[in-house]
Amino acid sequence: METDSMNSTTIPERMNIDRTRWSYLDCVLKKGGPFTDPEAVFGDGVISRIESAKILVIGAGGLGCEILKNLALSGFKDIHVIDMDTIDVSNLNRQFLFRESDVGKSKAECAAAFVERRVKGVKITPYNCKIQDKDESFYSQFSLVVSGLDSIEARRWINAMLVDMVDAEDPESLKPIIDGGTEGFKGQARVILPTISACYECQLDMHVPRQAVPLCTLATIPRQPQHCIEWAHIIAWEEHRKGTVLDTDDPEHVTWLYQKALTRAEEFNIIGVTYSLTQGVVKNIIPAIASTNAIIAASCSNEALKIMTGCNPFMDNYMQYSGDSGIYTYTFNFAKKDDCPVCGNLARDMQVNPKLTLEDFIASLSERAESQLKKPSIRKAGKSLYMQFPASLEEQTRPNLMKKMSELVEDGEEIAVADAALSIPFRYIIRYS
Amino acid sequence: MAPPIATTPPVLQGPSAKEKKYDRQLRLWGANGQQALESSHILLLNSGAGVVGVETLKNLVLPGTGTFTIVDEAVVCEEDLGVNFFLEQSSLGKSRGEECCRLLLELNPEVKGFHIQKTIADFVKRSDLSQYTLIILVAPVGSLDVASEVSQIAWDLRQPLIYVHSVGFYSHTSVQLPPSFPIVDTHPDPPSTQDLRLLQPWSELLAYAKTQTADLEAFSDHDHGHVPWILLLLHYLEKWKESHNGEFSVRDDKKAFREFVGSHARTDNAEGGEENYDEALTAANRALTLPTIPSDLKSLLLEEECQIPRNSSANFWLIVNAISTFIKKHSLLPLPGTVPDMKSQSKDYIALQSLYRQKSQQDISEVTSNVRALEHALNRHIPIPDAEISAFCKNAAFVKLIHGRKLIINPLKHGWNDNSITTIIEHTTTMNFVSGKPSLFPILIALYGFDSAIAAAASVRPESNNLLAAASASPGFFTLMETYIRDVFGKLDSTSEDLDEALQHTLNIAREIQRSGPGELHNISSLTGGMIAQEVIKIITKQYVPVDNCLVFDGIESASAVYRL
Ligand SMILES: [Zn+2]
Repeated sequence: METDSMNSTTIPERMNIDRTRWSYLDCVLKKGGPFTDPEAVFGDGVISRIESAKILVIGAGGLGCEILKNLALSGFKDIHVIDMDTIDVSNLNRQFLFRESDVGKSKAECAAAFVERRVKGVKITPYNCKIQDKDESFYSQFSLVVSGLDSIEARRWINAMLVDMVDAEDPESLKPIIDGGTEGFKGQARVILPTISACYECQLDMHVPRQAVPLCTLATIPRQPQHCIEWAHIIAWEEHRKGTVLDTDDPEHVTWLYQKALTRAEEFNIIGVTYSLTQGVVKNIIPAIASTNAIIAASCSNEALKIMTGCNPFMDNYMQYSGDSGIYTYTFNFAKKDDCPVCGNLARDMQVNPKLTLEDFIASLSERAESQLKKPSIRKAGKSLYMQFPASLEEQTRPNLMKKMSELVEDGEEIAVADAALSIPFRYIIRYS
Repeated sequence: MAPPIATTPPVLQGPSAKEKKYDRQLRLWGANGQQALESSHILLLNSGAGVVGVETLKNLVLPGTGTFTIVDEAVVCEEDLGVNFFLEQSSLGKSRGEECCRLLLELNPEVKGFHIQKTIADFVKRSDLSQYTLIILVAPVGSLDVASEVSQIAWDLRQPLIYVHSVGFYSHTSVQLPPSFPIVDTHPDPPSTQDLRLLQPWSELLAYAKTQTADLEAFSDHDHGHVPWILLLLHYLEKWKESHNGEFSVRDDKKAFREFVGSHARTDNAEGGEENYDEALTAANRALTLPTIPSDLKSLLLEEECQIPRNSSANFWLIVNAISTFIKKHSLLPLPGTVPDMKSQSKDYIALQSLYRQKSQQDISEVTSNVRALEHALNRHIPIPDAEISAFCKNAAFVKLIHGRKLIINPLKHGWNDNSITTIIEHTTTMNFVSGKPSLFPILIALYGFDSAIAAAASVRPESNNLLAAASASPGFFTLMETYIRDVFGKLDSTSEDLDEALQHTLNIAREIQRSGPGELHNISSLTGGMIAQEVIKIITKQYVPVDNCLVFDGIESASAVYRL
């Protein structure tokens, strides 16, 4: 339409003063209410603040699609979105910015283009890459980060990055993080003010890792259909198809695993191996529905609007949501931990069995709720106990793996644990039990 | 055991296109739930800015709800474009229902959608509402009489109705279910569903445990470390009883019993302990409880529909009656038959598992024959499917019955149903015990005040097609809300200080409502649309447990509360 092209090209945004479209939103931006901070100022200043704020959305999946829509309809005009994924057909039951014809395309690019088309005047910049591909200079341009991720690892990375970026001398360096997550009918939303309130790492034990099934169970004494599937996944594939990289999105590969698992299950009289279960186990599928994403994403966007405009107080600081049985929310202040390895300044106590070998101790770090580190290297003051890299150091420190913890570390001594996935080492004080 | 037979592999039966698209939700509600969704027809009676209803539909169209119909009298105006995502520039001046319908249908080619441009009053007068599976009514309807009429019709038709407000930072969702709404597939948390009967083992289980653990002390370290903890506990319970006059007291002996079990774990082996004993000690607390009949089920057994089954009774009630007969005979529920994973050899675990399965099957057969006898006595010709009886038996402890109640459209006129004034005062004044924040109930009172003020404004300017604009333009709008709120508190007829504080808080909420337009904020409507869609899915699939019956959300505190009114 003619009027459209005129709007977007010739008239600079700031002069476009017709706010009729934003009448509903402006009600809460133009004046304060009974619950707003009495010091807060409302009106054009607030409106121009939200219009000029650069805001980063991490993830353009189930939560991300909703968040982009919500932010665009909350008056944000300069939104950036980062996601490395491409669209899969199983996304279509909730990621409403995508159509069947979009399968295979970049999520970030597709989502950005759709919202730009639908909501006039909003600019959405997509980045089709991993968050780890960007550095501090990239993240420092934003005033606020909203994350809708499905990976704990990515959350820990961005959390550590934004905590690390805080410079006490420069208030602009503090970027609030609003994080959402869902599983089935449940979810949570949280507001993190890096170095001021509890960070993601402080709250890590809210997400207890799934206990891995011991290898010997898979290899010799399977009892559950899952054990047969994991056996096919971890052991049988290596044995029969070594050299072929397993692609859990390839139906031929999944079918192969399914049939191997089925045969094994029959051998042990185990029932319940299905194609769907095979897929669920090997891809670690978490059930996801549109409605839960809508709830959590809207809660995150609502907090973003409140933080950026002060139109009402923002959440302090964590909301758990459950819709399985009735609807239940629990909103509370999650306390910041002084011994948080990311935002605290004290080393954290860790109870350890002194008879454990260093190798078993390292393995236990991936299962402990408070560490969840997959490939850690361990040092103590002036000495490397075990280093994953470089190869020469790995070789030198490898003999330590067989030694008992008590031979290597004194009771009460501090160790530093570094993991390739995270930028800063974690500090623990070993306490023998 | 038959050796694996070498045959040509079966034809690859991967998931269908539909199963692929809906994979992430089928893992929650399964093919049955999906089927129920696909055959349903949702009616949205839209009003106001109309965002919350459309956001709800988005969350229902995506998972494949069969059909929806939007009734909306409005024409798209510029303000709509800043708050409703399912409208575009070219929608201006067109029917809002039609445009939303068109853009919603883009989300899922398998869904059908219709739109009707009429006022709610007009539509309700001339339509047969019985063709819809569920109705969503969005406030402010303008006329409280029309809202009451919709509620009455749905009530008479036994049709679920959801009534919703989304105003500024607040929302309210009321669910009007039929007077009797049973749910079998409630999806309880897995750990809570374990019923292993260790304190009341049936004879085969006991005999099996005895033979398997007869020589326990003589077992090799490997075998000793692989005895399933269920058998360990059964074994040591017998031993315990031998030295305690044949008694084990759940109340007094648990701690000492666990120490007794723990003392038999071997520690002189390579691992310095035994995993199966560790598992036994962890499981002991939960596993060593006497099975009880849960209170929800007990009250079901007392319902008239259970006690006096009729030819026309729903399947549900016949099965409850059959289970009641089972309970009378055994003082126990049918065994669910599931066994958690535990350290053990494959064959031992499978043997134990099949023992539980056999017992469960045996119980189900007994309940089934009770059902069949009842069907015969009642002269019913279509037998209840075996699968339905079996599913009921396995989940008997978690079956739920909700007694739906009629909506409250205007508490000043129709009161708070069965709630006493004291309950309402309690709702109004009780602080949230976790957060120490004020109750959310005043939000509901303020929203009723908002409805009443809108209705008053509408009666003055009936020709206006934008009620909200008319209302906010009306200078006395806040006074109308205030009068209503003061009347409600007057009815509560209490002189307590708490109540006066609550009144002041409620008036502040009314000020906040006034400040917001009163209109919708996209985030709050989107969030509320998510919650309503969850409720709709739970009601239609008859899975999980819906809200009973009034939910309030506060977008300032980011908190919610449920009241039964
Ligand atoms: Zn922290």
